[in-house]
Amino acid sequence: MIKQYWGVLLVLLSFVCVAPSWAADEPEAGASLESLLSELTSSSFKKKAKAVETIAAMDDERVLPVLESMLAGDLYYRKSDDKIVLTASAESGYQITDVLTGDDLGVVGKRDVKKVATNNSLRKQLRTQIAGYKLLSKKADIRLAAADDLIKTPSPEFLEVLQGAIAKEKDNTVLKALKVARAVILLQSESEVDRIQAVKDMDGFANKHTMAMLTALVQQNEDGSYVEPSQLVREEAISVLKGLNAMETWYKFVEDLFFGFSLGSVLLLAAVGLAITFGVMGVINMAHGEMIMLGAYTTYVIQLIMPNQIGASLIVAVPAAFLVSGLMGVIIERTVIRHLYGRPLETLLATFGISLILQQLVRSVFSPLNRSVITPDWMSGSWEINGFLSLTYNRLYIIIFALMVLFGLMLLLKKSFFGLQMRAVTQNRSMASSMGIRTGWVDAMTFGLGSGIAGIAGVALSQLTNVGPNLGQSYIIDSFLVVVFGGVGNLWGTFVAAMGLGIANKFVEPMAGAVLAKILILVFIILFIQRRPRGLFALKGRFVEG
Amino acid sequence: MTSQSRLAWLMNDVAGKRLMAIILAVIIVLPMLNLLVPEGSFFHVSSYTIGLLGKYLCYALLALAVDLIWGYCGILSLGHGAFFALGGYAMGMYMMRQIGDRGVYGNPLLPDFMVFLNWQELPWYWYGFDNFFFAMLMVALAPGILAFVFGWLAFRSRVTGVYLSIITQAMTYALMLAFFRNDMGFGGNNGLTDFKDILGFSLQDDTTKVALFVCSGLAVILGYLLCRYVVSSKLGRVLVSIRDAESRTRFIGYRVEHYKLFVFVLSAMLAGIAGALYVPQVGIINPGEFSPINSIEIIIWVAVGGRGFLYGAIIGAVLVNYGKTFFTGAFPEIWLFMLGGLFVVSTLFLPQGVVGIVQQWKDKRAEKKALQDGKAGEVAS
Repeated sequence: MIKQYWGVLLVLLSFVCVAPSWAADEPEAGASLESLLSELTSSSFKKKAKAVETIAAMDDERVLPVLESMLAGDLYYRKSDDKIVLTASAESGYQITDVLTGDDLGVVGKRDVKKVATNNSLRKQLRTQIAGYKLLSKKADIRLAAADDLIKTPSPEFLEVLQGAIAKEKDNTVLKALKVARAVILLQSESEVDRIQAVKDMDGFANKHTMAMLTALVQQNEDGSYVEPSQLVREEAISVLKGLNAMETWYKFVEDLFFGFSLGSVLLLAAVGLAITFGVMGVINMAHGEMIMLGAYTTYVIQLIMPNQIGASLIVAVPAAFLVSGLMGVIIERTVIRHLYGRPLETLLATFGISLILQQLVRSVFSPLNRSVITPDWMSGSWEINGFLSLTYNRLYIIIFALMVLFGLMLLLKKSFFGLQMRAVTQNRSMASSMGIRTGWVDAMTFGLGSGIAGIAGVALSQLTNVGPNLGQSYIIDSFLVVVFGGVGNLWGTFVAAMGLGIANKFVEPMAGAVLAKILILVFIILFIQRRPRGLFALKGRFVEG
Repeated sequence: MTSQSRLAWLMNDVAGKRLMAIILAVIIVLPMLNLLVPEGSFFHVSSYTIGLLGKYLCYALLALAVDLIWGYCGILSLGHGAFFALGGYAMGMYMMRQIGDRGVYGNPLLPDFMVFLNWQELPWYWYGFDNFFFAMLMVALAPGILAFVFGWLAFRSRVTGVYLSIITQAMTYALMLAFFRNDMGFGGNNGLTDFKDILGFSLQDDTTKVALFVCSGLAVILGYLLCRYVVSSKLGRVLVSIRDAESRTRFIGYRVEHYKLFVFVLSAMLAGIAGALYVPQVGIINPGEFSPINSIEIIIWVAVGGRGFLYGAIIGAVLVNYGKTFFTGAFPEIWLFMLGGLFVVSTLFLPQGVVGIVQQWKDKRAEKKALQDGKAGEVAS
């Protein structure tokens, strides 16, 4: 599953890299574009129509903004020199910019500029010409977006443009979209053959809009007659719908899986720090949730410090949260936990006390109310794969982030000298000490590491849930269950357990409801631990008893 | 065996006897001061105080239950709040049925919340709760059965230590989520409340309150005697050996899981009884009682009082809860700091709680005395 996901990412990445290479071309048409623009100041609509047609035929990047702003009625010309400008309302008059270069030309009075007037037929011409221009664009994504727009707002006036575009189109994805766009128009056609062809063209195209159209086609009117009079068209529509339904079910499944993964990633992030403190050190850190909370609050504070760079604030918050929570972890270890090694039940009580203190501390400092952490632009929105499947960016990033944290941690444990020392101390404390490892220092650093990771998790969670004093509490039980379920002292186990529980939760939810799903999962874990008291992947060897 | 040695388990327990005497005195004297002394008098004890102390006594019984398994068998249950709440719900269901047609909707059969949810008939598990004795049976049986099933599964597969703690916590968490659901038929979020009377006595009456208070005190005394008897018996010795060396006890030939199961179920039933006495005194039971944090708080009562002393648990429960009442009233901001600090301090510096400190101090004094006596003897000779 993971491999498949990386594949998708790779494709996406290569796409992003290739796209800009189309951008730069042919500047020489620019001169004539400027001269054509001056034609637009004319009061004759005939002249303007002619100019628009010529402009639309030009192969220039700057054509589209001109036409679109003209359609929107934002295109003006300066009376003093007939220069065509783009306007936006300002406090006194208009803020004008050069439509070709985008240069700021300052604010002018309302009387200083005059609108490039349009009438109905000119607007109609503009619409088709914009659609045609986009459909013939060199960039595949623009063509695709144009086709999607036409599917949403079909109008017979575009039919001709579409035919032309279909004839020239080489890209299969775009071709399909164009055909569907044509089909949406043809569905209203008088000819039965056209309609059958239209329905056939819609086959296998994932789009809720076209699916609704097809479904409407096979409905009966109130008097019992069908919406679509032709039996043939109806039969075709039914068979196409069948395929589309199957497709939708499949994509729904993929989406659920994705949600499950993202839920699992949240669990993984929350639990992976605990896998270190509990799994490796044997300390039951009930204050783990509060380390997550501290991380989330660090994000909040960082955003307060740099309110103008919200996009970058998260990047800064990750190391900052690691430091804050990690430092707190080291302090806790040195002052309290150090005295309690080998007495796990006592660490549970002491750290629980610490968690209460930290909660109250946050309540006293930041108020008991939830604080809002802003989601930067690059994390909002979603990745529309097709009409049935869209993945939200914040969940996507959480999955990637969780995996990065997990693999980073694995590398640290397996490949670094610190990791070596850590494992040595875990496996045989006195031997490690005899070999010259400062066990006390390693303990403090390990606990700091686990807590720091919890802080990082807090940064991620601040994007998904409310940041408040109780943030940690809601994750602590889940985290423990994930670690115990996966097998203590095993990061892979933690990973599998988190993902398994996340996906299971997502798939049980529609059947049983959110709360019942959670209860069922809890009961399942309780029963599972009876069968395998040491989790999915138990450590083998005699040191596990110690 | 003489009657003297037959009662040795009680006779040798000096501190316990003293504490029981104090509780007995409290439940005799305070009701008199409440009911007989006129309200304006200096010696009058308000009904509020009686209610508060009654609550503490219920907590004390709960702490006793936890100390029995944690102090003597090493089972750290983080889910004992669940047994407490189950007992409370059983009692609540009885009192709910007693409301009859005096509810807001006046339905003679269905409690208000069921009418509100448009339920047509009583769910099967509510049958029988109009009978006091059946309800009392369920107060002990419901937690007992849950503890039996849970413990049978857990102890048989040798889930021990932290793992047991974590799954007991998961259990109470799952129950909390379940009881929050309206579909469960236990009043959902709001729980059971608006109780009118118990066995025909109005809950508003001072006499009823005092009676409940006395019952709680008696329950603590009886519970204490029962626990003391258990831990002093031969079975109690096996429990302690399980606590100290489980594998060794098993290898000697004891069926460790049977002993654990017995004491776990007994403890759960005690917790259920505590819950049943608690609910009529506070007048409400809701799913919040299942929350994992409550269960952890019980542990701290025991730890502060002194784990493994039984009477220590009682002292701890009363002390911590008195502190809670005082601080949440006087300085609400610092109560969590206090409680948190208490956890840390008691685990770091008071491994045997308040009782342990007193014990240590006594031992030291006795040692000094013995030393002095020895010296005096030497001089004399």
